[in-house]
Amino acid sequence: MAISSLVHLGSIMGGVRTVDQVGVEERAASLGKRSIKKASKVWALELAIRMMDLTTLEGADTPGKVAALCSKGIRPDPADPSVPSVAAICVYPAMIRPAVEHLRGTDVLVASVATAFPSGQTFLDVKLAETKEAVAAGADEIDMVIDRGAFLSGDYQKVYDEIVAIKEAAGAAHLKVILETGELGTYDNVRRASVLAMTAGADFIKTSTGKINPAATPPVTLVMMEAIRDFHRETGRAVGLKPAGGIRTAKQAVQYLVLLYETLGPEWMTPERFRIGASSLLNDCLMQLAKERTGAYQSGDYFTLD
Amino acid sequence: MPDRVEVRKTYKLYLGGEFVRSESGRSYQPAADVNIPRGSRKDLRDAVRVARGAFAGWAGKTAMNRGQVLYRAAEMLDGRRQQFIAELGGGRRAGREVDAAVEAFIWYAGWTDKLAQVAGTVNPVAGPYFNFTIPEPTGVVGVVAPDEPALAGLVLRIAPALAGGNTVVALASEKSPLPALTLGEVLATSDFPPGVVNVLTGFRKELLPWLASHMDVNAIDASGCSREELTAVEEAAAANVKRVVKPNGRRARLTPQAVTDLMEMKTVWHPIGV
Amino acid sequence: MALTKRRDTALAKQSFDYAPAPEAVDHVKIADRYGLFIGGKFVEPKSGKHFPTINPATEAVLSHVAEALAADVDRAVEAASRAQQSWGRLSPSRRARYILRISRILQERARELAVVETMDGGKPIKESRDVDIPLAAAHFFYYGGWADKLEWAFPNRSPRPIGVCGQVIPWNFPLLMLAWKIAPALAAGNTVVLKPAETTPLTALLFAEICQQAELPPGVVNIITGAGKTGSLLVQHPDVRKVAFTGSTEVGKLIQRSTAGSGKRLTLELGGKAANVVFDDAPLDQAVEGIVNGIYFNQGHVCCAGSRLLVQESVAGALLEKLRRRVDTLRLGDPLDKNTDIGAINSKAQLEKIEGLVESGREEGAEIYQPPCELPAKGFWFPPTIFTGVSQSHRIAREEIFGPVLSVLTFRTPAEAVEKANNTPYGLSAGVWTEKGSRILWMTQQLRAGVVWANTYNRFDPTSPFGGYKESGFGREGGLHGLIPYLELN
Repeated sequence: MAISSLVHLGSIMGGVRTVDQVGVEERAASLGKRSIKKASKVWALELAIRMMDLTTLEGADTPGKVAALCSKGIRPDPADPSVPSVAAICVYPAMIRPAVEHLRGTDVLVASVATAFPSGQTFLDVKLAETKEAVAAGADEIDMVIDRGAFLSGDYQKVYDEIVAIKEAAGAAHLKVILETGELGTYDNVRRASVLAMTAGADFIKTSTGKINPAATPPVTLVMMEAIRDFHRETGRAVGLKPAGGIRTAKQAVQYLVLLYETLGPEWMTPERFRIGASSLLNDCLMQLAKERTGAYQSGDYFTLD
Repeated sequence: MPDRVEVRKTYKLYLGGEFVRSESGRSYQPAADVNIPRGSRKDLRDAVRVARGAFAGWAGKTAMNRGQVLYRAAEMLDGRRQQFIAELGGGRRAGREVDAAVEAFIWYAGWTDKLAQVAGTVNPVAGPYFNFTIPEPTGVVGVVAPDEPALAGLVLRIAPALAGGNTVVALASEKSPLPALTLGEVLATSDFPPGVVNVLTGFRKELLPWLASHMDVNAIDASGCSREELTAVEEAAAANVKRVVKPNGRRARLTPQAVTDLMEMKTVWHPIGV
Repeated sequence: MALTKRRDTALAKQSFDYAPAPEAVDHVKIADRYGLFIGGKFVEPKSGKHFPTINPATEAVLSHVAEALAADVDRAVEAASRAQQSWGRLSPSRRARYILRISRILQERARELAVVETMDGGKPIKESRDVDIPLAAAHFFYYGGWADKLEWAFPNRSPRPIGVCGQVIPWNFPLLMLAWKIAPALAAGNTVVLKPAETTPLTALLFAEICQQAELPPGVVNIITGAGKTGSLLVQHPDVRKVAFTGSTEVGKLIQRSTAGSGKRLTLELGGKAANVVFDDAPLDQAVEGIVNGIYFNQGHVCCAGSRLLVQESVAGALLEKLRRRVDTLRLGDPLDKNTDIGAINSKAQLEKIEGLVESGREEGAEIYQPPCELPAKGFWFPPTIFTGVSQSHRIAREEIFGPVLSVLTFRTPAEAVEKANNTPYGLSAGVWTEKGSRILWMTQQLRAGVVWANTYNRFDPTSPFGGYKESGFGREGGLHGLIPYLELN
């Protein structure tokens, strides 16, 4: 990297504002108390499904498991064809091909984690190769992890360079950069990592791998939204956001949409700019939709487990 | 003919760290052989102005430093013990009064760096906040000294006001002003910055209404006021919501409440987070 | 390009309109008429007069309450004097139990009280539900605990009750202000006659029912309703030994004058014109929340509202852009809707006062910003308002507006910020936003105000003393210090 670029990155990172923990948590909590009912609840739940990256990231994943998940994602509620498809199916690289197979001819995208997910602790060449292969296998979207070790040791340049390289390797595929906020320790770091990832070219920034607790939380997501808002104001570039991990109930999903609506506004209320990484969330959304439709509280026995 | 002609002292107001005659040019004679400056409302105005000017500096000194200055006043007062006994009419009672005044300076000197620990609190609020309350000086305090005891009565009121970090404009007893004016000399040699404490003499009815209504005076210790004067002071004080400390037997004693009565409690909140 | 696969997103971009989310009111019973609560019973006023109390969001009459005049005030003070004998001598632990019982009943009936508070006063239900009522209950719980520990609170000083307390409270936090007044008074062994504001009497009358439910001895708490005249009769009553008032500086001065020479103990919690100071290193997004909470909480009907925003010039542009954007998201409307951020202005008179001062701001050349928002046809409403280009000499920078109106001024250096912040006859509260620890401490030292919120704003707690410097009044409410005005101490 040229010296001018080093200086540039330094001044960007130095200019990142701090975040007050108590203030941001109170704001997130107060938005969590919004009461979303009836028509607006149905609208929000359907949108949440359309924004969902339906995910399976297990060592035990098989083509059969992925196929089932794809069917679920395409048509979440066999009893109600009006329920929309999810945005994407998110899998490990080895499962890209079966996913592509099953999703052919639908609107549902294939997202793959890459770059030695979830730790990212391997050689850059390996990460680049994995990314290229994932794209070649048909992934529409790449969810990479940042090098938290480098970030926490203050080597922002390394993190930055790696994102730039992966972005290039991903080519036309959409790049989501996972910050793994549960390992960053402070909201200040979350904000700093957000700015770093956006500056390096991320199309989306994403909270978590889902393998670390805590994963997505409303205040962490709010901090990232505020960073996106400021980045948009300063550069004109709109970056998307994906909270992932820990979002299991429809109520939580609606709270995230409230957070989104009141922070980034209606322009971000689209799967092009917001995703929710989840697995069990989908059925809870379906049950809530059915409750709104029928007026009766629902049982899990009536919703498919795939 | 006496073999020695005494060099008499010209009594002056103690104002802004200097000894000055009243701008009125007038004087009055509480006793036949002495001319006491008859302070005017303009002298009072000037005193409040210098007291206001001195406030930030005095309040901003360390508590330890204020304690040292007050203790210095005790040293200076004790050094002039005989002179004060004479001015108070001599005898054991006068001696006890001077001792009480010395003791008041020492006692309140000791409070300067302890009061916040006794009167302040850390408040366990139900949330992620650090919250504490500390006493701060009220500002410019007017002190109306009682006639009796003329010296100790004044010291028992200005010492706690000063210990708390206020600056003071004191109206001496009209009837017995001499000890107050001599006390000015003690104060002048005790390292009080100019204007921190000011002593005026004159007619109560010419000064008190201006003090009570002055918009730049924050509090009045009305210890020396009669019932009627107190009512008038309290009415006038409402113009800028002055704190009025009512005459109270308790104030003749040493008590930390004499300090806190002339202090504000400030509460500070700050979030606790990473 | 992957995204070409996406279908039409028009649906998603439609705005997220929250459906109405009204708080249920069917569990609330408001009587058509209320008497005065004297000696443990509701009695008809000797004045024979009643007056209506309305919902400021709809202008509908909610109830009629009695107007206490001289004979009624006499009767209430007499009941309190009689009760004082036994209440003051009751063993402290028993006194504590009554107060704690009240606290519990407030919690048990919290939602009912919140709904009535919102209906009678116009504040958003989310505030009465999450702030006013829980804090009121917490106050009784806190001071109930002090009742049998006064000797430890004030060692060597023989704490004793003063006697009958005459307490007059405002309309902005009706039940909470009642709690601030009654809880410490009772804990100290006093009895009280309390007058709620004429526009918001209902929760005080529900509180009277709660006193009955708690079997508080008759006369320990007496609630009399009425307007300024009733309050004036109460504070001037010769048998009232202690007067506590929260309200405007103007009325506070009248009370101070009218009690002159009476020997009564007096505490005043009056107006404010607080500066909320934002430095260029502040966590801006949280500062914006603090500014919004500082001035739009309770429609700005808050004595400690951060009504003057002092922002460092180097960050003013960025901050104001964020602030305007945030103010655009505030939801004004039905106070009973759980999503409402800005409720109704408490009364027509208050609305006219706000309108007058805002007009003066325009005339004096300040630039006004109000988000596009529709005001309901009925009731009293005022949109959240930001004035920029304000200077210290403008009326909107000096006078307490007591409405959702923020005046923005700029500064260049910390010294200038302090000078402007303190350049007011008031001294109730102040805010400061900066990341630098030493600057926070320096600022909190310099600001002449009774409450300083650093990197936060408008936080309250029963353990935390509250009260003003200068013309914002004297005496403290809350915390250990809040007991002092209600005790005789050696």
